[in-house]
Amino acid sequence: MKVVVCIKQVPDTKGGVKFNPDGTLDRGAMLAIMNPDDKAGLEAALRLKDQYGAEVTVLTMGLPKAADVLREAIAMGADKGILVTDRVLGGADTWATSTTIAGALRNLDYDLIITGRQAIDGDTAQVGPQIAEHLGLPVISYAQEIKVDGDKVTVRRQFDDRYHMVEAKMPCLITALSELNDPRYMTPGGIFDACKAEITTWGRADLKDVEDCNLGLAGSPTKIAKASDKVRKGAGEKVVPESPEEAVSYIVGKMNEKHLI
Amino acid sequence: MNLEEYKGVYVFAQQVDNKVDSIAYELLGKAKELAAPLNTQVTAVLIGSNVKDLCDSLAEYGADRIIVVDDPELKDYRTEPYAHALASVINEYKPEIMLVGATAIGRDLGPTVSARVATGLTADCTVLEIGDFPLVAIPGKESEQKHNQLLMTRPAFGGNTIATIACPNNRPQMATVRPGVMQKIDPIKGAKAEIIEFNPGFTPNNKYVTIKEVVKAVKDVADIMDAKVLVSGGRGVGSAENFKILEDLAEAVGGVVSCSRAVVDSGWKPKDLQVGQTGKTVRPNVYFAIGISGAIQHVAGMEESDVIIAINKDEDAPIFDVADYGVVGDLNKIVPQLTAAIKAEKAKKNN
Repeated sequence: MKVVVCIKQVPDTKGGVKFNPDGTLDRGAMLAIMNPDDKAGLEAALRLKDQYGAEVTVLTMGLPKAADVLREAIAMGADKGILVTDRVLGGADTWATSTTIAGALRNLDYDLIITGRQAIDGDTAQVGPQIAEHLGLPVISYAQEIKVDGDKVTVRRQFDDRYHMVEAKMPCLITALSELNDPRYMTPGGIFDACKAEITTWGRADLKDVEDCNLGLAGSPTKIAKASDKVRKGAGEKVVPESPEEAVSYIVGKMNEKHLI
Repeated sequence: MNLEEYKGVYVFAQQVDNKVDSIAYELLGKAKELAAPLNTQVTAVLIGSNVKDLCDSLAEYGADRIIVVDDPELKDYRTEPYAHALASVINEYKPEIMLVGATAIGRDLGPTVSARVATGLTADCTVLEIGDFPLVAIPGKESEQKHNQLLMTRPAFGGNTIATIACPNNRPQMATVRPGVMQKIDPIKGAKAEIIEFNPGFTPNNKYVTIKEVVKAVKDVADIMDAKVLVSGGRGVGSAENFKILEDLAEAVGGVVSCSRAVVDSGWKPKDLQVGQTGKTVRPNVYFAIGISGAIQHVAGMEESDVIIAINKDEDAPIFDVADYGVVGDLNKIVPQLTAAIKAEKAKKNN
């Protein structure tokens, strides 16, 4: 079986956030990691490789340096990496991003496509279901568990107050939650392979069945009107009491003051 | 796309097990506000199986009109029949604005539908308003500024930044809206709405998945989004068993226990008690943050609380940056004594 995992290189949100003058993100200026939900999706694919000998391809869209995240995936055990990069693809919203990735995926054979539920930079959770829609595939979002049996896949799909055990016929697309599993570490042999591995690079010309008007900043229906650092509520008081008793009388005092008891 | 054809503010009236979800009422409240300057109607789109009797409550919460898509295929949520239902409504009735809750259902339905009808979608919005795009006209290009646009504001980068987004050239303007942020109106008893039944036909295809089993979480507590007082625990609580001391405090203050993502990831508490970016947004009167370091994703879900009281042994924990009252100390010693003190205080007041 063939599995394609879509992964994203994201800025570590613990670091600072930087913008270009046009309000889009300056990704070049920030520290980069593999998006956590995507890493769980990759681990799920690697388990299918361990179990059934699945071939695992990782695909990312981004700046040339996003090849690093493909090499990390290969070091964990993925078979090959594809980088989709082109100046005309920059500034894409989720519609233009999903159009681009779908255009790349049309060149590949797959039984299963796995994406992370959402990336920690945008937090939209939109690109996975939108890729499925462009490709005419069933989508199962928020996967907490994935099992393959023949040409069927069974997924534990999380909702707010329940889960569904959902079965779909492959090919289909699944979006993975980071609680799906604990991703494995890179192995020394894997790192060696990853250094030597050839990363396939695709540009605009390699995207299948997509129109220019749906790509990049210009092809994005959503436009940024304004972006700014969030203004946070300032800190209040902080005390370091000598004893638990002192702590308790401080809290009870404040609650009384505010009529909260 | 002729943008002028698109009229009205529509909301996806999410129901589960034939009960209207609170988010539907919140969206109706917001839709009413947005419809006023646009001088237009609020339409609820109700999708499900045998759901017609839910129309009255939607009318009471502000729907002028309700489009009901009722079909046995729509009993439990599945992406495909629901996306087909909502996309068909959009193609038939052409809304100007389409709001969907940013729930585990809406965050799957919204993107699928927006891709199908080829429009933009802004995720997890916390502010929606009608205004101009660009916000300020470009000098010399005043005539190109568009008016009466939906301006959608959302946090990004784990809450580090906020962005305001417009969708000037496509319709409908679609947004998913974070639960717990928009205000419901006071229900108007006896209000009625125009009801339209619409069925686009449901023929199962490769996109229809099969639900083998539905497993509901046992709800032994109230919804944390409705609680006036939340006693929230983080990794610092140390174990599932130790949440007992938080439950005792919650009982004493008449509150409910909630938690951070680390607690859910450790399996100590179920997901529906999680506060934060990937959990729920809460705004109680009092929020106790106990053993919670205060990662930005957590803070994004609770910073609107009226009073935040934090207890943490780490003096540098970022939770102290948002707390009104921060106490540096050992929660294991402080919390049980606090429970006892509050009980004593209440007893004193009752006498």
